[in-house]
Amino acid sequence: MTKLLHASPAISRRVFLQSSAAGAAVASLAPGLLLSPAAAQSALTVGFIYVGPKDDYGYNQAHAEGAAAIKALPGVTVVEEENVPETVDVQKTMESMINLDAAALLFPTSFGYFDPHMLEMAKKYPDLEFRHCGGLWQEGKHPGNTGSYFGYIGQGQYLNGIAAGYATKGKKIGFVAAKPIPQVLQNINSFLLGARSVDPTITCQVIFTGEWSLAVKEAEATNALIDQGADVVTCHVDSPKVVVETAAGRGTFICGYHANQSPLAPEKYLTGAEWAWGNVYTDFVKKARAGEKLGNFVRGGLKEGFVKMSPLGPAVSEEARRKFEATLAEMMGGGFSVFKGPIKDNKGNIVVSEGQSFPEDAIELESMAYLVEGVVGSTA
Amino acid sequence: MTVEANSHTLPRLDGRVGSLRPSLEWLARRAEPLAITLFAILIGLALFSIFIALIGKSPIQLFELIYAGGFGTWFSVQNSLSRAAPLLLTALCVALPARLGLVVIGAEGAVVLGGLAAAAIALPLVGSAPPLLVWLIMALAAMLVGAVWIGLSGFLRHYRGVNETIASLLLAYIAIALLNHLIEGPLRDPASLNKPSTAPLPPDYMLGSIPGMDVHWGLVIGVIACTLSWVLIEATSFGFAARIAGGNVRAAQIQGLPVGRLIVGFTALAGAFGGLAGMIEVAAVQGSANASLAAGYGYTGILVAFLARHNPLAIIPVAVLLGGLDASGGLIQRRMGLPDATMLVLQGTLFVVILFCETFYGRCKIFNPDLWKRSA
Amino acid sequence: MEAIGIGVWGVPLAVFAGAIRVSTPFIFVSLGEAITERSGRINLGLEGTLVFGAMTAYAVAVVTLSPWLGVLAAMAVGACFGIIHGFICKFPKVNDIAIGIAMMQFGLGLAFFLGKPFIQPAAPRLPAIAFGAWSDLPQIQAALNINVLFLVGAALALVFWWASRNTRVGLILRVVGDSSDAARAMGLNPDTVRLFATAAGGALAAIGGAYLSLYYPGSWNEGISSGQGLMAVALVIFARWNPIGCSLAALLFGGAGALGPALQSVGVTKGYYLFYAAPYVLTLVIMIATSSPTRSLAGAPGALSITK
Repeated sequence: MTKLLHASPAISRRVFLQSSAAGAAVASLAPGLLLSPAAAQSALTVGFIYVGPKDDYGYNQAHAEGAAAIKALPGVTVVEEENVPETVDVQKTMESMINLDAAALLFPTSFGYFDPHMLEMAKKYPDLEFRHCGGLWQEGKHPGNTGSYFGYIGQGQYLNGIAAGYATKGKKIGFVAAKPIPQVLQNINSFLLGARSVDPTITCQVIFTGEWSLAVKEAEATNALIDQGADVVTCHVDSPKVVVETAAGRGTFICGYHANQSPLAPEKYLTGAEWAWGNVYTDFVKKARAGEKLGNFVRGGLKEGFVKMSPLGPAVSEEARRKFEATLAEMMGGGFSVFKGPIKDNKGNIVVSEGQSFPEDAIELESMAYLVEGVVGSTA
Repeated sequence: MTVEANSHTLPRLDGRVGSLRPSLEWLARRAEPLAITLFAILIGLALFSIFIALIGKSPIQLFELIYAGGFGTWFSVQNSLSRAAPLLLTALCVALPARLGLVVIGAEGAVVLGGLAAAAIALPLVGSAPPLLVWLIMALAAMLVGAVWIGLSGFLRHYRGVNETIASLLLAYIAIALLNHLIEGPLRDPASLNKPSTAPLPPDYMLGSIPGMDVHWGLVIGVIACTLSWVLIEATSFGFAARIAGGNVRAAQIQGLPVGRLIVGFTALAGAFGGLAGMIEVAAVQGSANASLAAGYGYTGILVAFLARHNPLAIIPVAVLLGGLDASGGLIQRRMGLPDATMLVLQGTLFVVILFCETFYGRCKIFNPDLWKRSA
Repeated sequence: MEAIGIGVWGVPLAVFAGAIRVSTPFIFVSLGEAITERSGRINLGLEGTLVFGAMTAYAVAVVTLSPWLGVLAAMAVGACFGIIHGFICKFPKVNDIAIGIAMMQFGLGLAFFLGKPFIQPAAPRLPAIAFGAWSDLPQIQAALNINVLFLVGAALALVFWWASRNTRVGLILRVVGDSSDAARAMGLNPDTVRLFATAAGGALAAIGGAYLSLYYPGSWNEGISSGQGLMAVALVIFARWNPIGCSLAALLFGGAGALGPALQSVGVTKGYYLFYAAPYVLTLVIMIATSSPTRSLAGAPGALSITK
């Protein structure tokens, strides 16, 4: 087994280097992975790096499940490392995968891996391909052999919000968040806007725990939300398991995040916004093996199969189901705008003006720095 | 062990070539820690092999991978050294106070605040001052903040009777909270979207790598700091006084040694090294201050310091060993499908055995020239 | 469930409830460490024991469907960790603090390694007693849902406090902790006493871990502990080796830790990192206020290496 693993990457690396040397002139003109047809038949080693444990019922598990999906593809070898901090360690991990395992396509999956760590390695290994989850790749600013991919999971949180809007009796819903960063703020806002599409008097209380993974604080935050009358709770932390179990223990409804947590609380789980990284990684790997360009800025939502919803739970009413499915269908058509003006932030400033709207692919959404009116919380 | 048999031959040797005796004594004393540590490592590896064999994996393959991933190729060596670099300074942050008998476990606080101070002070200077000057100012700011932070533990210990172990741990947690508060609030670069950070240093203000190596300058700085600390402890009156105070505070006070100043001075120096580690993280790796400064280097430094028996020179090989184990951990995950915790188990096993084997110091006659005469 | 907010009353309620919910692991670890340190040893590695206990309790509960068997199993493995520490440290020149740190690494590693298969399955939880059944407010009911282990911990603190003064075992522990020579003169073997004391400390710390994984937050994963074991060891020195002091310190620490989320829930949303640092700041301030250079080590076991 190990002998095989030793042998095949070595071959693939040699072949890969030859092919990339041959295509170097072309590659310097056009960014992207260019392989000669002969090399396209060769083996490909893909490296995945996770910031936490692979099985965290959340962020890292969603990526690891995506990695597992491409293990089945012929000629593809997957190498993985978990619990890699966002320091020089991740640079050396990437380099070790390149030097010792001949990885030619790398997926460092945590946001903090992007700048400077992945960019450093991409400059050092210009013939290899790096794709990063969540980063904002910019033409001219970032190397052509890098790129970023992400999913419009805010759509999922909007749908979560619809389910929550029908389920809440006290017109108050809660959100346990890690840090006030654009990706998290967009989810909080989408969750409330979804709920307000059902009833515009609903408010959302947010509590920031300050860390991506901090079990006891997440449990305390969930309890504090419920004590203040929130009767549907969702979250954006790396591992939602604690929030889901704590909320279910208090008899509160839950919307999931990252992965399907319904087995943890089948009665109380309404629905959840999940990643479908398997599709994304399969697509990247197929392109790489066929010698096609990987793309530098890859985005997709429900329609493109980057994101999916957990099946609706037993507590979702018929009325809620109809609205949920109608909105989902609209989103599957593309161009759905969660953020439609006029929208004020929770300090009273207009952040989306009348007539303005941001569909899911609007780049402005990726630098969101506000919480919308109706969210109780602060961005700093 | 074959100590007994050997020790009988030594006095006879001594009788024939008397001039060799001093050098043999010197050699024996120097060889003792090396031999005991190697012996301990072998025992530790043997125990770990049993564990690996029990879960149905091959220990031999695992050791091959540790060698390949940590030390086997030039790349692997650089990988290990890169990971060892920050540990040199954070271990000093623990080892120096330990020479005075103080157990400081809050080096992490000095690292994060040092890094934060360095990043904050660099921002207005970037562009107007040359890189060398900016680095110098960053280093001084980081060392000052680190010195105040750990020095405070020493100060509280001596002048208020507050236990320095808890004080430094609490201060470390407080430091991390301050870091997070400042990088997500007042010091946040609005362009640092999903990873809140201070504004990044421009590329020409980054410390860069040692020429001919892919290891940043932190390694050199760390080795220099360890060497200087060794000289300070072994060859200066300040260090001599500290060793006396570390052995017995009462005796030191009776002799009129300035115990208070020694404690504050040593903890402050330790903190300065911790702060410097933070500055290097900012200037050589991250380019800005962010939450990754709290990557646990301060806590790993505790382990390194204790394994090195608080000897600044011994910190260097211990840190490299740890860096190598860390570097090969990834390879073991990838090739053997073992979880990353495997390396934690190995480290734990090795360290327990190494620390246990300290009991053999002075017990093996071959390493103890004082016993040679008696047995003769 | 009727959803009504209780406004600013949520803050004191959360602090009260948080003190009880969050403090239990601190109570057990600090009581265990207090026994160990009373005997003249320090075991800095209880964080590793805590996490290994959490993993063992969860795993056994998953397999046997009995959380109480999980707690017992955790106690057994915790005692084993303590015995290893106690056995190694009886040899001359071995530094108990260093061994503790190495054992922490070992315990964490082994727990993460062996705990992988138990992250996904759900374990039955330890039961709580509903002291709040009299109230109509769900918040009060929730706050007064008190786990049995908390009550056990509080009772143990009282028992230890009483026993350390009034029983032969307590006397032996104190004599051994104050002077090995005096203990030997009384015909006691200090190493044996310390071995038992460290084993007891490990068993108690592992109960703290079982509480984390089987009750609050009630889940097993690698981030289950955020340094509770290390902090609890520090609280022992803070509480000056007094079992009741340990419990009070744990309650204070737990309550202060609940302040951050609670304040955000009532709309005090700025500077939450600083509120989260409240337990540490509070502990430090109290320590500075109550220490003095002349009687800093009052109540400290004489043979303890950390206070020399």
